[in-house]
Amino acid sequence: MSRTMTHTRFSGAQRLLHWTMAAGIVAMLFIGVGMLSTVAPSYVPLVATHKTLGVALFALVLVRLVLRLVLGAPPLPASLPPLMRLGAVLSHWGLYGLMIALPLLGWAMLSTADYPVVLFGNFRLPPILPQSDSLHTLLWAAHRWLAFAFFALILLHVAAALFHALIRRDGVFEAMAPLPLHGTERKE
Amino acid sequence: MSRSSTGPTRSPVASLVVIALVVAGSAAAFAYTAGWLSPERLTPTRLVSALAPAGGPALGHRRNHAKGICFTGEFQSNGNGVTLSRAQVFTAGTWPVLGRFNLATANPNAADATVRVRGMGLQIATPDGDVWRSAMIDAPVFAVSTPQAFFDLLQSAPKGAEAMKAFIGRHPEFMAFAGWAGTAPWTSSYAEDSFNGLNSFLFTDAAGTPRAVRWSLRPAATPVPIAPDELAKRGPNYLEQEIASRVAAAPQRWTMVLTVAEPGDVTADPSKAWPAGRRTVEVGTLVVNKVIGEPDGPCRDINFDPTVLPRGMSVSDDPFPAARSSAYARSYDLRTSEAKDYPRTAAAGSAKP
Repeated sequence: MSRTMTHTRFSGAQRLLHWTMAAGIVAMLFIGVGMLSTVAPSYVPLVATHKTLGVALFALVLVRLVLRLVLGAPPLPASLPPLMRLGAVLSHWGLYGLMIALPLLGWAMLSTADYPVVLFGNFRLPPILPQSDSLHTLLWAAHRWLAFAFFALILLHVAAALFHALIRRDGVFEAMAPLPLHGTERKE
Repeated sequence: MSRSSTGPTRSPVASLVVIALVVAGSAAAFAYTAGWLSPERLTPTRLVSALAPAGGPALGHRRNHAKGICFTGEFQSNGNGVTLSRAQVFTAGTWPVLGRFNLATANPNAADATVRVRGMGLQIATPDGDVWRSAMIDAPVFAVSTPQAFFDLLQSAPKGAEAMKAFIGRHPEFMAFAGWAGTAPWTSSYAEDSFNGLNSFLFTDAAGTPRAVRWSLRPAATPVPIAPDELAKRGPNYLEQEIASRVAAAPQRWTMVLTVAEPGDVTADPSKAWPAGRRTVEVGTLVVNKVIGEPDGPCRDINFDPTVLPRGMSVSDDPFPAARSSAYARSYDLRTSEAKDYPRTAAAGSAKP
């Protein structure tokens, strides 16, 4: 067994948030590209879901960021090469940045188009910017391209997680795994 | 975990293959969802592109109903609509209105007499924060039953009579609209035109009862028929000049009428009028009291998306509001990104009030 036993796991709350948000974010990205590709009746509920879920995820990421700053994260294994360590740190803060930026960009983008922001349950959000052609164009492009970047970064994140789980087996994956996996978890 | 393959004996190559498959599979699913693998899918981009004339779209303008003029006014609700919808707009009161008279053409410089279909974009805002947007036309029925058929129409129309004959074979419902287009009298004023929502929406009353409803605006002014070539003689922008001077002289009015479906009425097809004798409710009066040229008018930046609805109204099984919302958003994204091509100063506009 090469796995380090000193590597602890994220707190239960952090793991719950991670996996809940992971499902939500993947759904958001697929809904986003899907709704823009169709004129079918599903367009209306897809857009409403996209807005509602986006706002919910924005609220969750703020909670998650506070937890991260308060509780921290398990240390990366000492055996991790410096370049992978750098990649881990940068990609994780990149993911946080996108989780915060994309909902704000979406909200701002709708505001600059003078679209009422209506969520499920007829909950309404106020505009955060005035109507503006140039800002709308900029925000729309930013929302779109950063969403693609987000998806690419998530694929990288998944590949790295599996790399840790299947090849390096250094406990990094287990730190965020929803359930204890094959003996890496210390006894409760 | 029951999988034994995660045990220490698996080779790194097999693990790398697993990782590659997960990443590639996810990327492929994303590409499929985005429509990148399905060129035949009717996307808002394809639908909006099909609206463009042969020479390409008019940059900076709406991709359809491109020629128009703004107005402001009020909606004087008489309170009768509360029997159908709990939306505040139907409670008795006066609510601010923003709108746009327009011609159903992709050419913002089209001569009035060359465009058969006229439209009105309307926005009514209420103090509770709700906004109701609608885009109506003067035809009593829509041309086709489905968004796909509308796309077919856009592709067939420029190809000439043979293509249109084949189109009508595929979409015989077009004949009702064609009959109206061929026989209904023209008018020389937006103030004399009726504007019909055509799409069915679900209205929900305070008790939560949903009903399928269509709406129309009926003009207070008496329509005076005019032959298209007579209208042509009055100039290419006569309608905008006429409505501006007419409203400057006196506010113009339309009565808003809701028509309620009965069980069995087709709500999913705006090319089919409901049978005569359906319950109608007059819910108030639209008063237009100011006309402003589009270049610097308040309607220019508004997308009259028919899915922007107040609480107490929602989309029905009519497929058009969703398709229109999707396509209008595409048009809005395009024209706002081309804002530099739009003649923003009033002096450059084709008509001034």
